[in-house]
Amino acid sequence: MATLDSKIPEGPLKDKWTNHKNNIDLVNPANKRNIDVIVVGTGLAGGSAAATLAELGYNVKAFCFQDSPRRAHSIAAQGGINAAKNYQGDGDSTYRLFYDTVKGGDYRSREANVYRLAEVSANIIDQCVAQGVPFARDYGGLLDNRSFGGVLVSRTFYAKGQTGQQLLLGAYSAMNRQIGRGKIKMYNRHEMLDVVIVDGKARGIITRNLVNGEIERHSAHAVVLGTGGYGNVFFLSTNAMGSNVTAGWKAHKKGAYFANPCYTQIHPTCIPVSGDHQSKLTLMSESLRNDGRIWVPKHQKDVEAIRNKTLKPTQLSEEDRDYYLERRYPAFGNLVPRDVASRAAKERCDAGFGVNATGEAVYLDFASAIQRYGKEQAHIKGLNENDDALVKSLGKAVVKAKYGNLFQMYEKIVDENPYETPMMIYPAVHYTMGGVWVDYNLQTTVPGLFCIGEANFSDHGANRLGASALMQGLADGYFVLPYTIGDYLSNDIRTGTIPTDSPEFEEAEKSVKETINHFINNDGSKPVDYFHKKLGKIMWNKCGMSRNEKELKEAITEIAELRAEFYKDVKVPGTANEFNEELAKAGRVADFLELGELFAKDALQREESAGGHFREEHQTEEGEAKRRKEFQYASAWEYKGEPKDAVLHKEELTYENIKVKERSYK
Amino acid sequence: MNLTLKIWRQKNANDKGQIVTYPITGIEGDMSFLEMLDILNDQLITNGDDPVAFDHDCREGICGMCSLYINGEAHGPDRLVTTCQLHMRKFKDGDTIFIEPFRAKAFPVIKDLVVDRSSFDRIQHSGGFISVNTSGNTQDANSIPISKNAADEAMDAATCIGCGACVASCKNSSAMLFVSAKVSQYALLPQGQVEATDRVLNMVKQMDEEGFGNCTNTGACEVECPKGISLENIARMNREYLSASLKG
Repeated sequence: MATLDSKIPEGPLKDKWTNHKNNIDLVNPANKRNIDVIVVGTGLAGGSAAATLAELGYNVKAFCFQDSPRRAHSIAAQGGINAAKNYQGDGDSTYRLFYDTVKGGDYRSREANVYRLAEVSANIIDQCVAQGVPFARDYGGLLDNRSFGGVLVSRTFYAKGQTGQQLLLGAYSAMNRQIGRGKIKMYNRHEMLDVVIVDGKARGIITRNLVNGEIERHSAHAVVLGTGGYGNVFFLSTNAMGSNVTAGWKAHKKGAYFANPCYTQIHPTCIPVSGDHQSKLTLMSESLRNDGRIWVPKHQKDVEAIRNKTLKPTQLSEEDRDYYLERRYPAFGNLVPRDVASRAAKERCDAGFGVNATGEAVYLDFASAIQRYGKEQAHIKGLNENDDALVKSLGKAVVKAKYGNLFQMYEKIVDENPYETPMMIYPAVHYTMGGVWVDYNLQTTVPGLFCIGEANFSDHGANRLGASALMQGLADGYFVLPYTIGDYLSNDIRTGTIPTDSPEFEEAEKSVKETINHFINNDGSKPVDYFHKKLGKIMWNKCGMSRNEKELKEAITEIAELRAEFYKDVKVPGTANEFNEELAKAGRVADFLELGELFAKDALQREESAGGHFREEHQTEEGEAKRRKEFQYASAWEYKGEPKDAVLHKEELTYENIKVKERSYK
Repeated sequence: MNLTLKIWRQKNANDKGQIVTYPITGIEGDMSFLEMLDILNDQLITNGDDPVAFDHDCREGICGMCSLYINGEAHGPDRLVTTCQLHMRKFKDGDTIFIEPFRAKAFPVIKDLVVDRSSFDRIQHSGGFISVNTSGNTQDANSIPISKNAADEAMDAATCIGCGACVASCKNSSAMLFVSAKVSQYALLPQGQVEATDRVLNMVKQMDEEGFGNCTNTGACEVECPKGISLENIARMNREYLSASLKG
């Protein structure tokens, strides 16, 4: 049985990473040519890792289920990427980024990992600029920054509202260079369906070619998973339709511990659900909270009038509005962390102040920002600052330059003009902090199996700060894994190519084929989505923004029942040997149905509130999350056959460089 | 809303393919176009038929995976959106909607509405990058100031999502808008200068080898581009190509 050793290097926090790099084993360039590495997933983590490993000289095989590595869901990240550059001279530093991240994560992340993340953050920006990533610049030609939630400095670099796209295209371009050189062999439209363990080490994967259905064996000396988060266990989330937990879950079933599955980020600013037909939710970047003010009406009668459409939100006077974040958290205002902002929105809506027909929406209003920017522009241009129409049009132009693509997206989806009337928003599932447990080297409890980016658990604790996901994905892929994996691979320089005709590959392929045949031959009556939507409802209602013992217990039973029904009654059309999206979906939902149960079990076991995990039984008098000292550990679950039988291992979290306090944003 | 869908069905790359008619009822304006197809597929599966295959992933207009040629227009009648962000409010009750794949020699059909766009990837492999290794020792990001105009223009070009609407809209199936967007992004930035000559020559060569047609300045690509990539990029690529050919 694997043991939980976080392998945090000795020494003072600020020297750990440097010392570790100096002490780990390296592989010489000639030997790297004899070593194969599989990278699954081509988002920011997987893509940057694949490119960097190939640059170093390893033979890389990269896999993605999309038709091109450029389409991984990192591409949808909007707002920005954090880095402790202190270009604004506003007091930022590596320590402050570290501190903000640990505090933002509600003291549930691993100190040494977070410090390393802050340390390499500045390198990321340098690297991306060198690759030709067109970050936003000011008129002097230097890089511009904006602010994100939970911090008091401006350290977020951005490329309009498409930062994830530009960073991913940067990593993709680095991959392309290596694909062109033949150092990366790229497998598009391939889905990983199992990891193969030989003599206790990860030595390959089984994939399905999504075009022709072929089951393939791929071997390597190490396997890296950069396969993203599992937010789609909720069915409705801001994740892409294809985002799934399958790679991580198969790894879990082969011995990798799965950590903190219940830590989910519900993002406060998403477009509300419009009906049962909805297939996904759309995020409106957190960067909008730099300028937008969040409010609901102060009085119930106005709520009614707005819902009946007899009153427009713009007609409501300032004193009749409740800017509840500014009221409750004067120090951080609209820029409190995501978990806090989401719960505050839920609190107002639960109290009956939701402003749309379903009662689940609050306003995000740009009127005062348009005024403020308009006046500033009029002043700069020497125009009349009291001309309302002029000020408004100047202000709108500024807002458009900053957030134009987001406003356009909102208008296309909702059919309302957000320059004229406040946006309606509501929290939605966005990111999962939990994931495959990894040590300081980003290695899982299975030797030779590494996990990076959102798919692992280590850096964000119980709540991730805005613009930190891109930072972690690229830190892991460009700057951390390529070092740490060398230490492991240094033992493999004489191993030679791993054969794929061993009994272990045979067995793994057989079991993959059996599952596929079950789905194809099943005499069921309901499409995959029927079960996925049902699972999503259980998760949202009982494991969502607030959780309690009774409902979590119900969720565990209901998910297990749904899983049994799924295997009995799911209907998958077509054959196994063709392009068959329903078959791919069935496999993914099967894994969500197991993960969902472990998720609820983890949430039930964690009898405290921390970050995105809010247990109703554990809150302060003011309704804030209440942590408990005895839960200052990461929960790493070991697979034992059924989710209900999973065994808990605890990684105690120690904070030597930061004082654990009650989180306050007041 | 009740609609008549006329959808291209093609079992695989070797199948001849044909238009099949499907009536659909109860569609609401707030649904996205792909959600409408989800409903159709749900019905097809329940009735034991093969669902319509189409590419999609992020459903928020940025991954570039969705395609569809709707009533003769790439990504349908709305402007500056991908199919996943096209909403049914753009259609009327009783409408007949033709849905076909993006058609081009370099985009062979895989199944139904799904096409193989790996030719785009191969063009990028031939030069769509700046040769800089990851080291952690790259010079400071602010060491070369870049004028805001150049940075903004590079960003406008870089915003291309690689969906292939430009190719599908072009009567010559030209990929010039796509290739020129990448060439322009790097041409506008100081970091891109070192390899500028080889880049444009190699990318254009690969583009021709993939079987994309030539540009005859019709401008349909710009009209249908969901990200508003400008024709000016093609002009810039032509300049880059000419000067590279003279040097080269």
